[in-house]
Amino acid sequence: MKLMTCPINGTRPISEFAYWGEIRPAPDADTCSDDQWAEYVFHRNGAPGVKKEWWCHTPSNTWFIAERDTEKDKVLRTYLHGDDK
Amino acid sequence: MKRLPAMPDEWLDRSRTVRFRFEGRSFEGLAGDSIASALWAAGQRSQGRSFKYHRVRGILSAANHDVNVMLQDGPKLNTRGDVVAVREGMDLTAVNTFGGLANDKARHLNLLSRFLPVGFYYKAFHNKRLFPLWEKMFRRITGLGVVDFSTPHIRTQKRYDFCDVLVIGAGPSGLAAALSAAEAGASVVVCDENARAGGSGLFQLGADAARRQHTASLLQQVKANPRIRLLEGTYAGAYYADRWVPLIDENRMTKMRAKSVILASGAYEQPAVFRNNDLPGIMNGSAMQRLIYRYAVKPCTTAVVLAANADGYRVALDLLAAGAAVAAVLDMRASVPASPLADALRAKGVEILAGHAVYEAHADGKGELAGVTACRIDGAGRVVSGSQRRISCDGVAMSTGWSPAANLLYQAGTRMRFDDLLQQFVPEQLPEGVFACGKVNGVFRLESRITDGQRAGLAAAANAGFEVSGNITVPAETESPSHAWPVVAHPDGKNFVDFDEDLQVKDFENAVQEGYDNIELLKRFSTVGMGPSQGKHSNMTALRILARLTGKSPQQVGTTTARPFFHPVPLSHLAGRGFSPQRHSPLHGRHAAAGAVFMQAGAWERPEYYAVTGKSRIDCIREEARRVRTAVALIDVGTLGKLEIRGPQAAEFLNRVYTGRYDNMKVGATRYAVMCDESGVLSDEGVVARIADDVFYFTTTSSGAATVYRELSRLNIEWKLDCGLINLTGSYSAMNLAGPASRKVLAQLTDMDLSSAAFPYLAVRTGTVAGIPARMMRVGFVGEWGYEIHIPAEYGATLWDALMKAGESSGIGPFGVEAQRLLRLEKGHLIVSQDTDGLTNPFEVGMDWAVKLDKPFFTGKRSLQIVRKMPLKRKLVGFRLGENHSGEVPKECHLIIQDGDIAGRVTSISWSPHVGRFIGLAFVLPSMSESGTPFQIRLTDGSMVNAEVCDTPFFDPKDERQKEIE
Repeated sequence: MKLMTCPINGTRPISEFAYWGEIRPAPDADTCSDDQWAEYVFHRNGAPGVKKEWWCHTPSNTWFIAERDTEKDKVLRTYLHGDDK
Repeated sequence: MKRLPAMPDEWLDRSRTVRFRFEGRSFEGLAGDSIASALWAAGQRSQGRSFKYHRVRGILSAANHDVNVMLQDGPKLNTRGDVVAVREGMDLTAVNTFGGLANDKARHLNLLSRFLPVGFYYKAFHNKRLFPLWEKMFRRITGLGVVDFSTPHIRTQKRYDFCDVLVIGAGPSGLAAALSAAEAGASVVVCDENARAGGSGLFQLGADAARRQHTASLLQQVKANPRIRLLEGTYAGAYYADRWVPLIDENRMTKMRAKSVILASGAYEQPAVFRNNDLPGIMNGSAMQRLIYRYAVKPCTTAVVLAANADGYRVALDLLAAGAAVAAVLDMRASVPASPLADALRAKGVEILAGHAVYEAHADGKGELAGVTACRIDGAGRVVSGSQRRISCDGVAMSTGWSPAANLLYQAGTRMRFDDLLQQFVPEQLPEGVFACGKVNGVFRLESRITDGQRAGLAAAANAGFEVSGNITVPAETESPSHAWPVVAHPDGKNFVDFDEDLQVKDFENAVQEGYDNIELLKRFSTVGMGPSQGKHSNMTALRILARLTGKSPQQVGTTTARPFFHPVPLSHLAGRGFSPQRHSPLHGRHAAAGAVFMQAGAWERPEYYAVTGKSRIDCIREEARRVRTAVALIDVGTLGKLEIRGPQAAEFLNRVYTGRYDNMKVGATRYAVMCDESGVLSDEGVVARIADDVFYFTTTSSGAATVYRELSRLNIEWKLDCGLINLTGSYSAMNLAGPASRKVLAQLTDMDLSSAAFPYLAVRTGTVAGIPARMMRVGFVGEWGYEIHIPAEYGATLWDALMKAGESSGIGPFGVEAQRLLRLEKGHLIVSQDTDGLTNPFEVGMDWAVKLDKPFFTGKRSLQIVRKMPLKRKLVGFRLGENHSGEVPKECHLIIQDGDIAGRVTSISWSPHVGRFIGLAFVLPSMSESGTPFQIRLTDGSMVNAEVCDTPFFDPKDERQKEIE
């Protein structure tokens, strides 16, 4: 079983975590075309590489950001939202 | 055969004799003997039959991966006789025989082998007409042990363990690694699949006591080191991500998490390939050494040693020391490197023949080894004609090469490289935290293995965070431990490559000729490596043959995937109790006492209905529903998600997550709430109650409670609004008191003003009920006057009892989830995820009114704006069956068919006592949604049932039951 490090609770088994998805900027809803919006809602970039993702440590309901290299299958770092300094 | 005098490291307890039966005959062994060694010591060389041709087999490797000797012991099947310790009273039979080992009726298959070509299954099974015939035949003649279906169900405990450094393999390199890691401060676990530690260090001796002393001293230090735990009889079953390794022993699986993992797993000795190389008496050199030093058994009287490395010379010296004669050492290499080992053998008068091999082996009347024909081979491994000469012997030791036990290295993602000097795959790039040392790392000289272990131990300790110093270099190997072509061709075949599957050299030639010239294809077509040992004795030779046949290098051919588990694991070790948490409402005990029949609802157990003696399920449900309509009844709705949001921007937050508006709500009001995801799909619903200007209390569906809370928490972080979210799902109990008499019942327990003017429909009020602080909402889900009462969970049972008592004279009773489903269906209320699916938008279910597209933002708005412009694809409508419908009733998910095409599906259906018909909700095409439209529902058996669309609610369309009518 893999391990994940919660910035608050430390390194825990992956079964304690929920994956939400990659952080992707939404286009401006007022100005974008329907196609641009559909692209944002339905299409995901599956190409391997470094992804910034939302993860949640479920027993403590702690949301945080994980930077994960999906090509190397490695979590590079994790931090609370906004702590990306 | 005779038992030898006591060996320094023997596994035997000579004071205890063990009696057992094998193939109906009585045998005696010593405590500590393996089944095979006890039989061998008693002169029983034939110990099993092969899988395909039913050839007689004896010991091959005695190294835990030997499938020649597979035995059934009562309900225990496929016991590996080569290592499993013999026990008093065992009654053993060889698997895979018809009528016993000696007179196996299937032994004649050996003569029919040319009618069983490679890929036979594929060639036979493609014919549909003959398939049943073949299937019947193969089911009868293949397979190993016999399953006893009355075997008791065995549950084994799992154990969790942690360490800094896990060392897999307790041979010289593993022991050295453990010691240096422990000296650096690490907590170390060393495991070894053998009953006792020491590995090859205690049996590959070449009759040299100093070699033994190296390992014995390491072992002594390991046992004395308080930081090291030594687990014997325990194998590492697999490698999983982040250094998670299941350790398997006889009794259980231990889930080990280590900071560093060292593979010191050694190498499997590989049998040489020549005609009749499977006769009992022919075994790996290391198998003979194991027999001598572990079990004090003399493997044979006169041996021929087939060698291609220094290990073979040591085997010859060990045999001489054990009192056996060595008729010749046949060295497959063109010349014999000068070495003290060769000198020692020559001094003892042993003939060493360079550039020689075994051409074929000869059997006696019992099918056991009686002699060999030796031959000269040229540089390319071809037999020099006319060079054959016969040698009598009852033992052949094969020491021609090794294959690394790299299974777990592959699983960990190690990049391996074929080393031409070593003729072996070695790790080229190891994953982080994984280390290798010893033979699996391509290091074979004993002194070098110990140095390599020290190097790996320090590196592993450093990786685990310990400070280490020093730089250890391991000298390069100078002699190849493995021969590049340990194969001797023979026109009559029976030169086995894979002993599990009885594959001969010509099977590979034929497979490649038929086009299976890729290692993965070759494996599947020929079944090489697919037997019980998973190719531990055959994959390397198969790879060499394929490389030679296709003109590639072993590196280019590559290896097949080594999947978990490394060695068969009893299912009882894997099976265990499931761990799926279940939630009980605070009122669970009350439900059980009232006869509730529980159903699974998400994580919750909820009362489906309350059983009454002598009444059927359906009658109980209808009676509960009737009580709600005519008197008063109580349902536990504490499973609803219950959230509270506080803060100046609480209303803004709700405006963003739900489709409706909440900023314009009055304090004391409630409002229905629909949630969509970003694509505009309806994801949850509930009721929002405004408790104060900056406090909202709101509910979610029972099944969505956890995910909605989680997602709202995330959005709150992302949006940074000035408000905070609290999950009260577990800390509040909730129940719905419903029915015409509900107000009368509640009035007895509260001094709140329950008049319509003071507490209207859809209002929320805070007060006390039965002395308990409560939030109450006038709701109408079931279509009657009713109160949803939310109180702190610890008072749940108290309130339940108080309401039941107060309602006694009104005929109160509990009602369950099924009655509630019927009652809400009569009102036409949908249930999210029953009447909606993963694609349903609010417009399809008539919730346009709840979607405020004029708000600046809410989740899903932009998508719903797009959906709004497109024609509807389907619509949720009410329907009813014919007045006198008889026969089978459609079920949820039965399809609606129009002109032979799917036009929709039933989402809910139930008998309505009020309507006097079956009623339901269904998705239909928009063109069919007009009230009165007839349509047909297809049952499972294909027959059709007539139905028609009708208006909802089916019951009390103007909601008059919830209003005060003077």
